[in-house]
Amino acid sequence: MNTSDNVVEMHSISKGFNGVSVLKDVSFDVRKGEVHALAGGNGAGKSTLMKILQGVYQADEGEILIGGQPVAIKSIQDAKAAGIGMVFQEFSLVPSLTVAQNIFLASEPLSAGGLIDDRAAVRRAKEIFADMEVNVDPRAEVSRLGTAYWQLTEIAKALSQDAQVLIMDEPTASLARHESEALFELIDRLKQRGISIIYISHRMDEVYRLADRITILRDGRRLLTDALTDVTPGQIVEGIVGKKIEGQMAYRARDHVAHDGPPLLEVHGLNAGRRVRDVSFALRPGEILGLAGLMGSGRTELARVLFGIDRLDSGEVLIRGKKTNLASPQQAIDAGVALIPEDRRAQGLILDHSVRDNLLLPLLGQLRRGPLLDSAKGKELSSSLIKKFAVKVAHPHRPVRLLSGGNQQKVVIAKWLGTDPDILILDEPTAGVDIGTKSEILDMIRELANAGKAVIVISSEYPELLAVSDRVLVLKDGTVIRDIPRSDIADEEYLQLAVQGV
Amino acid sequence: MSKSNTISPRETAASRNFGTMLKELDWRRYVIYLGFVVVFLFFAILLRDQGFLSPNNLLNIFRQTATITVMAVGMTYVIACAEIDLSVGSVAGLSSVCTAMALSQWGLVPGILAGLAVGLVVGSVNGALVSLLGIPSFLVTLGMLGIAVGVAQWITASAPQPILNDTFNMLFGSGNFGPVPGLIVWSAIFVAIGAVVLNRTRFGRQVLATGGNRNAAEFTGINTKRIKFQVLLISGMAASVAGMLYAGRLQSGRFQWGAGDELSAIAAVILGGTSLFGGFGSVIGTLFGALLIGLINNGLILAGLDSSQQQVVRGAIIILAVALARKK
Ligand SMILES: Nc1ncnc2c1ncn2[C@@H]1O[C@H](COP(=O)(O)OP(=O)(O)OP(=O)(O)O)[C@@H](O)[C@H]1O
Ligand SMILES: [Mg+2]
Repeated sequence: MNTSDNVVEMHSISKGFNGVSVLKDVSFDVRKGEVHALAGGNGAGKSTLMKILQGVYQADEGEILIGGQPVAIKSIQDAKAAGIGMVFQEFSLVPSLTVAQNIFLASEPLSAGGLIDDRAAVRRAKEIFADMEVNVDPRAEVSRLGTAYWQLTEIAKALSQDAQVLIMDEPTASLARHESEALFELIDRLKQRGISIIYISHRMDEVYRLADRITILRDGRRLLTDALTDVTPGQIVEGIVGKKIEGQMAYRARDHVAHDGPPLLEVHGLNAGRRVRDVSFALRPGEILGLAGLMGSGRTELARVLFGIDRLDSGEVLIRGKKTNLASPQQAIDAGVALIPEDRRAQGLILDHSVRDNLLLPLLGQLRRGPLLDSAKGKELSSSLIKKFAVKVAHPHRPVRLLSGGNQQKVVIAKWLGTDPDILILDEPTAGVDIGTKSEILDMIRELANAGKAVIVISSEYPELLAVSDRVLVLKDGTVIRDIPRSDIADEEYLQLAVQGV
Repeated sequence: MSKSNTISPRETAASRNFGTMLKELDWRRYVIYLGFVVVFLFFAILLRDQGFLSPNNLLNIFRQTATITVMAVGMTYVIACAEIDLSVGSVAGLSSVCTAMALSQWGLVPGILAGLAVGLVVGSVNGALVSLLGIPSFLVTLGMLGIAVGVAQWITASAPQPILNDTFNMLFGSGNFGPVPGLIVWSAIFVAIGAVVLNRTRFGRQVLATGGNRNAAEFTGINTKRIKFQVLLISGMAASVAGMLYAGRLQSGRFQWGAGDELSAIAAVILGGTSLFGGFGSVIGTLFGALLIGLINNGLILAGLDSSQQQVVRGAIIILAVALARKK
């Protein structure tokens, strides 16, 4: 075995949490200057494997070699010293500090007197960004920047510590399309500089765009490692999901839309804040309406208004033909509206509460027995939801924080579908979920619509939008610029042009 | 969501022009300076006949706020680190008592050391309980508030402990250093060191990082437990010095010295723009917060309000100021 150009080798890694085995005998290696994709279903153990490499967790068994030398990585500092940098799935910046201060946090340049030299930090940050060929103001406070900049800052932070290997865990999950493209170009440049990248993603197109090799994990075991040129997309999907799935992204014409009766939801001349301007549309029972648009086009804001989070300035909302006042989420829920928010960590879940408590939160009304909560019934209800949505969870009474990203997303969806809403709004419902789960979620959306519910889907992934929508509204600067029946959309490109307003 | 931002990473930095910078300027963080000027002018006009602007009165304001300022500098670190220290007032009382007793027994240096030892012990215990056992600082220091007052009252049998050592009294609050009152020198030293350490040293940066996002700090390799321990230790030490300043100014040690000061110190810190949620801290702001409180106290006395009315007005002003300075 020629190991000379392997910068990282992990041999027979095993890891368990509280007796639940998460990684079993996994070996993994990375060559200099390659992009190595790490794929696998939700909960397969990708993030855990990387956290072991990063010193966040220690392996129960196995060995790590860096540059051919065995190393003990006991802490994040050890990993850094070994040249491993990570762009965390959950961002790890201090929002109240500036970009430069974050990049050099805990390794600040000092002046002769031993004091922090912020000016030198800014200067060096500028150099790093210039090397990366991106433009970020090192003096800007991180909390005021968008997620794309957070990521660039994280990458710069890793590079400032001379990282030879960069771990990126679902880096595009919260990026707009053009931002992702900028990131891909950056990855290409880093690769040319000899930096290796471990790339975790659920999106096949990204893996194909970037990766040289791929390793697939399933249920904590390594299934294969191969050059991307040697495996077919079908093999990868099958490897991840464990079975063949076909046509998950194909649109299936459905004729469940009730065209005769009154619309379930009608919106007339809605204005709210700066991002929702004069929006009107109607939604019928059984219909799936896709909302397309660039980041900042007002899709999320529209959803927030319909769920009573933001107040509308003018216009009216009719539900089942009746004018409805949506001044609070409670009123929206009472009117049969549910919103599955885009940011599950911030808005969808109480991370430190148990999976069960999270699931039952919107259902507490049904669980009353006298003045108390019926805990037996709660347990039953939550188990049935966990089963129905195939949430991979060992202990429902443990914090939801411990679930893998995709399983957290399933909990959010299960939580809201438990309330049996008539109008369901899903904002980026498949962010961070694996391909198998994604097709399950898309099927779920179709089934709900077939059962007579009205669904609004917001998604930045056009294939997904095209797979489920009966109609697509294109938003730009807060207004509806197009309202296109699905049958008129020939392909992805057509939609993309429509979104750009061409 | 509010963070979503449509500019591409490649957009030029030149777009960060003056207008956006002005918009981005977080005026809430600077509201204290405005508030200070407004209140000062208000009293200067309203109370010009009561001698508000006389040099003596102005010096007095500084002198009376010195102990609060010293405590509040320590408190700035604690709050910037997203913790709280409710024990500072009673630590000051205990330190004044211990200093006075050790002073009369063994002399000047042991007296000073005894006072500092109080801060060291209480600060370490607070810090250890918070960082090692993970008990919320609110509870730990609330308990410590009671313990420190109780001990001070107990060992003195509630009796004041006079201090007859002139050197001590001169050094700690009664005397002048050259033309400048000692108390002002003490606050200046604390504020200067406090500001430099918080803004310009790695330790200060790590305090802000720990308060701003503990996970991120941890992942960056910062030992956040140690930082939490250290800020509580600093606060305890600052409070013990404040206690000695009480002892020197009032030439005695008493368990009541400092009672209730924790509220003034916290108010000074928050007024000064340090975030109650951690992550931001300004020692200079804290100084002005403390001065503003002193200004208000002084003005209300000169205006002839009785102490109950003073309390009401003071409370209202603090709520108003904090409401203006709050996070959006
Ligand atoms: N600290 C922990 N304590 C207990 N269980 C954990 C912990 N961290 C992870 N797990 C479990 O280990 C398994 C693997 O999780 P991991 O986050 O590595 O998955 P993943 O492959 O990254 O999934 P995703 O694609 O959803 O992000 C999951 O079942 C998760 O619940
Ligand atoms: Mg993961």
